[in-house]
Amino acid sequence: MEDVYILAIESSCDETAAAVVKNGREILSNVIYSQIDLHTLYGGVVPEIASRKHIDKINQVVSKAIEDSKMELKDMSAVAVTYGPGLVGPLLVGVSFAKAMAYAAKLPVIGVHHIEGHICANYIANQELEPPFMCLVVSGGHTHLVKVADYGEYEILGRTEDDAAGEAFDKVARAIGLGYPGGPKIDRVSKSGNPEAIKFPRAKVGGSEYDFSFSGLKSAVLNYLNTASMNNEKIVTEDVAASFQQAVIDVLVGHSMEALDRYNFKKFAIAGGVASNSSLRAAFEEACAQKGVEFFLPPPILCTDNAAMIGSAAYYEYKRGTRSGLDLNAVPNLKLGER
Amino acid sequence: MKILAMDSSGLVASVAFLEDEKIKGLININYQKTHSQTLLPMLDELLKTLGDSLDDVDYLACANGPGSFTGLRIGVATVKGLGLGLGKKVVEVSTLEALALNWQGVDGVVCPIMDARRSQVYTAAYIFEDQDAVPKEIIAPVNCTIDELFEKLAANGKKVFFTGDGVPVYREYIESNLKVPFVLPSAVNEYQNAANVAVLGKAYAMEGKAVDASLVTPVYLRKPQAEREREALLNAE
Ligand SMILES: Nc1ncnc2c1ncn2[C@@H]1O[C@H](COP(=O)(O)OP(=O)(O)OP(=O)(O)O)[C@@H](O)[C@H]1O
Ligand SMILES: [Mg+2]
Repeated sequence: MEDVYILAIESSCDETAAAVVKNGREILSNVIYSQIDLHTLYGGVVPEIASRKHIDKINQVVSKAIEDSKMELKDMSAVAVTYGPGLVGPLLVGVSFAKAMAYAAKLPVIGVHHIEGHICANYIANQELEPPFMCLVVSGGHTHLVKVADYGEYEILGRTEDDAAGEAFDKVARAIGLGYPGGPKIDRVSKSGNPEAIKFPRAKVGGSEYDFSFSGLKSAVLNYLNTASMNNEKIVTEDVAASFQQAVIDVLVGHSMEALDRYNFKKFAIAGGVASNSSLRAAFEEACAQKGVEFFLPPPILCTDNAAMIGSAAYYEYKRGTRSGLDLNAVPNLKLGER
Repeated sequence: MKILAMDSSGLVASVAFLEDEKIKGLININYQKTHSQTLLPMLDELLKTLGDSLDDVDYLACANGPGSFTGLRIGVATVKGLGLGLGKKVVEVSTLEALALNWQGVDGVVCPIMDARRSQVYTAAYIFEDQDAVPKEIIAPVNCTIDELFEKLAANGKKVFFTGDGVPVYREYIESNLKVPFVLPSAVNEYQNAANVAVLGKAYAMEGKAVDASLVTPVYLRKPQAEREREALLNAE
């Protein structure tokens, strides 16, 4: 069978990224330009600033990805690009650029769902992983418990009713003065904190059994901080961070394990930015081992936004015959499993 | 010389193909559909109708601003992608200067105004001194209020020829407040047109002003709101 080389582009949020991926599993290049320092000044991603930065950087990033792969644009089988979900301005830069470059190089374009990309990061990290399996996607905008029935076939078993897990990390980090981006900072300071110091609630929600809710937990943290400062009690940042993190992990692990029992999957994977959290990785490792379920996880660099994961997802779409038209548009609220 | 030009800085999505002295093809769409859906299909349609290949184009040209931030970026991202894909250079053309060509050769001041919301316009002013394609800039591109523009036009005193999507927004205000003689555009010369971008693109390409696609940059004339607010806060401290 002929080898398939995909040049993938990702610009849905604040990373300008491009990668060349062979046969959906092998990274030939993976270039990520992070704008994080710029947005740190504002305590979060500013869409207009992100869009401007993407336009400034996209040619360099894509050229570098082609160069690093030791291949040429004309040797590619297709160009892939994230077309949603994400911020519309940033998405439009990637989509407009990718379509035009592919058109000029006479290559097909494949629009890719960003969350599908996060899930597919597991195919790169674990060559032997094949569907069906269950995947927990925990990122800045999503908390989805997903049944991966086959390549490109997804069913959402549970989702957050309010804040995404990453969003909760970011908001709590701001409240305890750690600043942006919150996830990695909470991860770091939690290592020297006591996860059992404060009992934060483990939310149960009304919807599907496997749905999540993190806004109650976030409010509980804010209440704790308010009460403590009103009573002039000393706030131990490390303990608050560790206790919050533990509450998130307990809920994520709890729901996932229940769903694994119910649906009888033998394989479980995690994906998305929050999946780079060290305690979360350890907790799932242990929980899956206890159940005798095989556990898969991408290295941290493939958990946060990157284009290699988009290249992997695009490969399976390519094999299914998916091709996008010249009128491909950005779809900021694209749903998983929709096209 | 063959030039493929585009402008998606405002309401109109426009693509043009110039060959030597003539505009061989032009498509303008002024309809609600988003430029991201229309621009590349229009370009494809144009090339197919003409039977021309993208590979034979010498230069790409693009209106690089000012304009709607999103619209500008769709055009600029498209030209940057085409440039990288083809390995061809790009000529950046000011949206305002291209608009000025809507009144090419008139005796007076040509003043493009683009609606910048919040009671402001993106504007500039030009005169045509001879038959050259390139107009001479007498007010540099700026983001200002319409009153600030009127002061400058009154100081100049010459007859003003307006064009641009700011005209329908400020028509009545111009009619009742501007102190110098003026002419308003009609449906044929009110909006952006990639033929103008192509003509200026050719002139600039011949002056050696084409650049690598990676260097093409939108000219916004206005900082992002968050950046302005942050600066205001820092200045207040
Ligand atoms: N070590 C970590 N521990 C916890 N959270 C983390 C860690 N590293 C990153 N995160 C969180 O991951 C999120 C970023 O992940 P990602 O890049 O996948 O999200 P996104 O692309 O912004 O959103 P989405 O993928 O849902 O569109 C942020 O909320 C960040 O705080
Ligand atoms: Mg993401």
